[in-house]
Amino acid sequence: MADTIIMEVARFHPEHDTEPSYASFEVPLRGDWMVLDALNYIKDQLDGSLAFRWSCRMGICGSCGMMVNNIPQLTCETLLVNYAPGPVRVGPLAHFPIVKDLVVDLEDFLAKLQKVKPWIVRKDDFKPEREFIQTPAQLDKFKQFSLCINCTLCYAACPVYGLDPNFLGPAAIALGHRYNLDSRDQAADDRHDVISQHEGIWDCTVVGECTTVCPKHVDPSLAIQQYKLTATADWFKSFLMPRGNK
Amino acid sequence: MPQYTQYQPKVYHPRMSAYWWLDHWHYLRYALRESSSFFVAYFAVLTLVQVAALSAGPDHYAAFQSCLRSPFMIILNAVALAFLLLHAVTWFNLVPRVMVRQITGRPLPDAIASIPNFFVWFGASFIVALFILGII
Repeated sequence: MADTIIMEVARFHPEHDTEPSYASFEVPLRGDWMVLDALNYIKDQLDGSLAFRWSCRMGICGSCGMMVNNIPQLTCETLLVNYAPGPVRVGPLAHFPIVKDLVVDLEDFLAKLQKVKPWIVRKDDFKPEREFIQTPAQLDKFKQFSLCINCTLCYAACPVYGLDPNFLGPAAIALGHRYNLDSRDQAADDRHDVISQHEGIWDCTVVGECTTVCPKHVDPSLAIQQYKLTATADWFKSFLMPRGNK
Repeated sequence: MPQYTQYQPKVYHPRMSAYWWLDHWHYLRYALRESSSFFVAYFAVLTLVQVAALSAGPDHYAAFQSCLRSPFMIILNAVALAFLLLHAVTWFNLVPRVMVRQITGRPLPDAIASIPNFFVWFGASFIVALFILGII
């Protein structure tokens, strides 16, 4: 095995460049290094101006998502040695505006996430005097979808979001669905107005790449298809019994 | 009170290539799956034409069969059959995406939802084959 590997890293300076380009760096190829370690080596030893986000280094914070050889990955859990002999190409997450080098603007995602109210909403005066009891079966209904870390790899993998930026997107829908399935929540109707519109679940054409790239096995595609079934059933109910909810 | 200028970065908006579906095998597989719907429609139309020829009499049906034997139609139907099989397999593989939790309330292996569909498909095809071959 060679001692070094060539990394091609996307560079974009908003005040000097009109479009991103790739710069090559030769970095040590160590068996225990992740791609993020190599990026930190570049920043510490070769070029301190390189910009990228990272925090926890253990696949929890969701900050270090980037395109590694054109596939969205958390760079803190992507072994560099898997790309030997190289070169390995690292770029910013696809489909998002690029702020600088490997840093993207996530405002669009954050605004969409807020729309689905990803928190527990109570509409009654329920004031618990102790913990809200949930059975294992009730927890199982939403647990998988609650593992999302908002890394937005699913948005970078989704061609629908790339082609139609109005698409609500996999993570936002999965998280909305997660709270709808939570026995403590009472805002499913509010979320329904956002999630069941055309730019919500109906924009999804089941490419399935969101599920493939998800580092936490959330399976956003499953959440979207489940919600399609729920929305269709609700529509039929309201069609057959227009006064059913009154 | 100091006045701050709101941060307004000059960002670069990437554009998707028209050939994005060639970027990765998974995207190509998706594009092939979606385009297979065209061949499903083609086979439906072909079957309707076949029924029309059958009802028009033996001469019309013989002409229809003769048309099907042309090299062009054989190649076209072979390609269409390949896409039809792809369509069926990918369709059944999508069943676990919607059905499992809705029926059981708990996650189960995908195969439990998809494999019964394949059995029904093969069973129905077997019965149709027996019928066509005159065995039943």
